[in-house]
Amino acid sequence: MDWSRILVNVAGEIFAPTTAAYALAAIGLNVHFGLTGLLNMGQAGFMLLGAYGFAISTIAGWPLWAAVLVALACAAVFGLLLGIPTLKLRGDYLAIVTIAAAEIVRLIGRSTALTDLTGASSGLRGNSYKDTFQDASPFPDGTFALGPFEYSLNASNSWWIRLVGWGLVALACLLVWLLMRSPWGRVLKGIREDEDAVRSLGKNVYSYKMQSLVLGGVIGAAAGIIYVLPRAVQPDSMGRPMTFFIWTILLLGGAATVFGPVLGSIIFWVSLMLIKSVMREGVPTSIMRTEQIEQFGWIIVGVTLMLLVIFRPQGILGDKKELAIDVR
Amino acid sequence: MSADLPRGHVPPHVPHATTATGKDRVTADLSHVAHTPGVHKPDAIVVADGVTRHFGGMTAVDVGHLEVQRGAITALIGPNGAGKTTLFNLLTGFDKPSTGTWSFEGRSLSGVSAARVARSGMVRTFQLTKALSRMTVIENMRLGAAQQPGENLLTALVPPLWKAREKEITEQAEELLVRFKLDAKRDDFAGSLSGGQRKLLEMARALMSNPTMVMLDEPMAGVNPALTQSLLGHIQALREDGTTVLFVEHDMHMVRHISDWVVVMAEGKIVAEGPPEDVMADQAVIDAYLGAHHDTDLGDDALLEDGIQRLEAEEAGEVTDAFADTGSTTTTQEGTR
Repeated sequence: MDWSRILVNVAGEIFAPTTAAYALAAIGLNVHFGLTGLLNMGQAGFMLLGAYGFAISTIAGWPLWAAVLVALACAAVFGLLLGIPTLKLRGDYLAIVTIAAAEIVRLIGRSTALTDLTGASSGLRGNSYKDTFQDASPFPDGTFALGPFEYSLNASNSWWIRLVGWGLVALACLLVWLLMRSPWGRVLKGIREDEDAVRSLGKNVYSYKMQSLVLGGVIGAAAGIIYVLPRAVQPDSMGRPMTFFIWTILLLGGAATVFGPVLGSIIFWVSLMLIKSVMREGVPTSIMRTEQIEQFGWIIVGVTLMLLVIFRPQGILGDKKELAIDVR
Repeated sequence: MSADLPRGHVPPHVPHATTATGKDRVTADLSHVAHTPGVHKPDAIVVADGVTRHFGGMTAVDVGHLEVQRGAITALIGPNGAGKTTLFNLLTGFDKPSTGTWSFEGRSLSGVSAARVARSGMVRTFQLTKALSRMTVIENMRLGAAQQPGENLLTALVPPLWKAREKEITEQAEELLVRFKLDAKRDDFAGSLSGGQRKLLEMARALMSNPTMVMLDEPMAGVNPALTQSLLGHIQALREDGTTVLFVEHDMHMVRHISDWVVVMAEGKIVAEGPPEDVMADQAVIDAYLGAHHDTDLGDDALLEDGIQRLEAEEAGEVTDAFADTGSTTTTQEGTR
């Protein structure tokens, strides 16, 4: 077994662009769930909208900054549309509406009626929208090796996307940290605990919930851009499973913490890669074929995460004392 | 007699008032007011007209006219299901009435959202205490304060813009916590407090916005006797500061002890109004709600035996009536009368 190659692969996941994208999406979900108690079951829908918004406007010839703005605006409008009918109702309704709305976005994206725009189920090829982002890179062309990690500087799965992705993660963490310790964050926490109590203290609960939904959704759209830049926009790869991975990452790291989503994303992807690489090397093909190992990897991850949530429900960074109160 | 005076009219001769606020003043003001349901008060802070609320075919609240005197402690009493809490919910915007209008300090509050009612100075507490469990006591208190610039998403990102106000409200919160004897719990989670302490916290939190009127829904339920004493003190202190208090309560000793005015509800209607001594002597109120022994200690053995004998006699005679009529609470009470 080639341990050094496995270790390099696994360690590479720590700062991979996908890890950054999921961390960012989980930070957005943390604003919804951890801070405000909103059950958003459609975070992948926000990401997919961001990805479409960015890719389609870039293909239409818009500059990078405008394409990013379009992506974020799409998510903001989506959040508003979802919030207007549901945020006055009890939390469960938002969960139902968001999961359905995310599916609607995906199904419209893959419908043949919009093939010219979205490429239907085959999606949009990465090369058709990557140029503006790669041109914005300050690095020269070529590859660069940092220790055992060697990636191209600008193209696709590059150092440039890693730098931007993790830069955004850091920025989002700073934002959440600032908001959590502000009076604004206090109102959100109050809403998470008991909406009516906060209402009785003169706060416009509906408006705060809307702000939270839109803010978290916009962060999700940014995550969508980071997610599709090294690959292609594939509506079917951004469906319900993606939402559930984001939830897993959030609960694993610890909801209502600043670094929980980041840590959760790193652990999630590293352990998945570890299990898959070790099994690919160690299990002979006569027992399990490569694609079966792929599936089995997800099963192991699922079981591990179930155990974690059962025995450490507050997540890795969460405060056990805080969670122990009023558990119903 | 003063029932005929126009609303807002202050009697020219105020016999006992020595201060601008407080018990003397309120007693003097209310001494001229007739003891009839829906009577006009000299200085009403809340005026409700024709407020009804139907749940399906059931009428939970049907208040023709109600005025609450400014600066007074007004108790709202009545049997379970009389519509007291529903009236609270309507007045504070937590529920929408079927018909009716009401005003607070002269401004109409019909159809105004709960948050805006609270911002206009009428703050309530809940029958089932709503402490924000996974927040510390001091954070609960800070949340109660009004006019916080940091509650805006954009200013929240720049601490210098809200630190000064934060310091102010923290000081105010700490003062209140000392008054309510919760200062030792400052940094504990509200969820770790006892039931009585949560009641205190909820009341203290409501006072953070310096309301002109507080509405307390059963403030004494589940609070031990020693704590009840201090809660009573707090409520009376509110009156001395000029705050209007309206509260729902089943503890008649408390009602008698601190309230200036008592409003009795039954089956959604206001059936009696007046100072506590008068209302509690009213035969209709005794029949509908208090019961004949409300003045005596129910732990008294002699009374208990007497009561059992009487109950046995009544049961033998009236059991058929009670089962024939499956009406509302008061009907059954009338049945056992």
